Amino acid sequence: MDFLGINIPTYGWETILGSAISGVFLGSIYALVALGLTLIYGVLHIINFAHGALLMLAMYAVFYLWQYLGIDPYLAMFIVVPGGFLFGYGLQRTVIGKASHGKDEIILLVTLGVSIIIENAALFFFSATERSVRVPYDLDGIDLGVTYVVYPELAALGGSLLVTLGLWLFMTRTDTGKAIRAVAKERQGARLVGINVDHIFAVTFGIGVACVAVAASLLVPTYAVHPQVGYLFVLIAFTVVVLGGMGSFVGALVGGFLIGITEQLGRLYLGESLGVITISVIFILVLLFRPTGLFGQKSG
Amino acid sequence: MTKDIKNKTRRDFIKTAAAGSAVVAAGITGFPHILKAASPVKVGIVHPVTGWAQYSGSQCRFGAQLALTEINAAGGIKSLGGAMLEAYLGDAQSKAEVGAAEVEKFNEAGVSAIVGAYASNICLATTQAAAKHGIPHVVDVGVNDKIVGRGLTNTFRFGPGFGIITKAGVEGFLAVNKAAGSPTKRVVIVNENTTGFGAGIAGLMTKGLKPAGIEVVEVLSHPTPNKDFRNIALKIKEINPDVVIPSHYYNEGVLFLRTLQRQKIQPKAIYSVLGGASSQYRFLSEFPDAAQYVMDCNHWFDPNNATAATARNKTEAAGKHFSYEVFLAYTAMKFTAAAIEQAGSADRAKITEAMASSNWSDHFMPYGPTKMVNGQNVGARPLVTQIQGKEINVIAPSEYAIAKAVFPRPA
Repeated sequence: MDFLGINIPTYGWETILGSAISGVFLGSIYALVALGLTLIYGVLHIINFAHGALLMLAMYAVFYLWQYLGIDPYLAMFIVVPGGFLFGYGLQRTVIGKASHGKDEIILLVTLGVSIIIENAALFFFSATERSVRVPYDLDGIDLGVTYVVYPELAALGGSLLVTLGLWLFMTRTDTGKAIRAVAKERQGARLVGINVDHIFAVTFGIGVACVAVAASLLVPTYAVHPQVGYLFVLIAFTVVVLGGMGSFVGALVGGFLIGITEQLGRLYLGESLGVITISVIFILVLLFRPTGLFGQKSG
Repeated sequence: MTKDIKNKTRRDFIKTAAAGSAVVAAGITGFPHILKAASPVKVGIVHPVTGWAQYSGSQCRFGAQLALTEINAAGGIKSLGGAMLEAYLGDAQSKAEVGAAEVEKFNEAGVSAIVGAYASNICLATTQAAAKHGIPHVVDVGVNDKIVGRGLTNTFRFGPGFGIITKAGVEGFLAVNKAAGSPTKRVVIVNENTTGFGAGIAGLMTKGLKPAGIEVVEVLSHPTPNKDFRNIALKIKEINPDVVIPSHYYNEGVLFLRTLQRQKIQPKAIYSVLGGASSQYRFLSEFPDAAQYVMDCNHWFDPNNATAATARNKTEAAGKHFSYEVFLAYTAMKFTAAAIEQAGSADRAKITEAMASSNWSDHFMPYGPTKMVNGQNVGARPLVTQIQGKEINVIAPSEYAIAKAVFPRPA
């Protein structure tokens, strides 16, 4: 098929539908990574450049728990999620919070510095070798006719939905969630009513890293772990956060699916290299017509 | 008899002084290896040990260092009085421009030769940068034929380029296909298109297969790195070719073959040409099911050469897999050392000359004695392997084959 002088290939409906379905699964992975990012941005108003490095670190934790203790990557969640929370809490309390002196531009640089340290430490201690987990259910799944969906992909999809729901419930139904929202709205006012803002900052960062740990557990059965693995997902996760609306969990979820499907269909029709530009196109279009993102709220 | 210094004549003094001066002069201008410890010869080793190619780059670095350690342990460069080789390590960070910057550092450090730099695009940049300073550069892996086709007199490649590999790949495939009663009519090529080698191979394969009546139905290109092969798998499913011919790097190779396995797509054969993962012991050990019966026309050692087995044992003892990156970088370093030995000098121009005229044959690759023509070792050739059970066996050409091809593969 020829469109504006560009040769657009034609495919059967099975291939198109299969591609769209694969986009949903890919999008669920983007959403998983973006959820922690949007939480940290929504409350702390910082773009966490260390997000990819933290994801990589959590993936290594899951891998080594599997390799040395034989713990299944999904069960490892019970260790890496609390571990991730404590690590994130400590990182915010002892490094990011102290080094930034409350200035956003410094926080940005501090998280960048943290990411460089983590990545180089990973390279030093774990080497550049990619490491893969083999699980017995690796190839098992459901045949949808147009495509075959393996259980790790279904787990990632279910995980992204559950984490979104969990975060939403936590933020709306718990005292800590309400305190986080209060700090996000008005830092000074929250302090005046007795909320320990530094503690809430650290709790928020900890939850953000815990989300990354969930993503790590769900990613490891499918993706190899190496010091650069965070980059594969986190750059698009940033796009998802802005597209969905900064600080919005539903936005991160919907944005993830939208980007995933767009990317896969773009790659199908425009090729694997050129197809990625469809992400930028849809991103620009959304920002043009809805600058706050799909589910973002206007400030002030 | 002893002589009192007071009784020395003027002639005695002149004789002694002349002898002393001769010894000092010899120390400066000649016989340095007799009178003082030989200065080490600096060799730059540049690979992408971080970034997308970090695994392969690290493997290359290991191979080059293994060779260097062996050379030094065996007494260093004999013609330079046992001079040790001193490694200067560089990280190209999987970026061509960083690779070129590392060469500039090597030049300032005064290296006599360079070995590197794995990926074709990085090799193109490092050889160009080395040419500016007249540093002989031995390319270990980079298969793009432009690397040695630009008239750079400092650039040498001991292994084959993709022109030679693709030709052998076509011949090997046609032989395997013919032996099975020619069941192949339609093929799909899957290639990487970021660093240049994959696209080059796709073009040459298409040309090579056409005269044999085999149609290349579609060429499916992808970038490096690539995190998802589902679309490509879906396209292959729709096209339903007899054979799939992939050309890409290790990570993409693993992900692609695993995606085909997950999507239950089973063509009659996967016949890779520089398939990245298709003839890797690591892939075989980690994913033995996905690896079974995959064929690959790639760099491979002479399976009957005992020294290859020794190098493999040493590599595995170090906890590494004996991959093509390891043995190509290993051989490139040994070739470099042989040229320095032949030159009897650490001078860049003399080493370049020695490389150009080298007939080195003390290696385990199926290349025969070295013969460089415009920087390319014309005897270099790939072999066709197939993963069969727990081993990777050479199946073609016949003079190196140790097993018969299983084609079409069992369902």
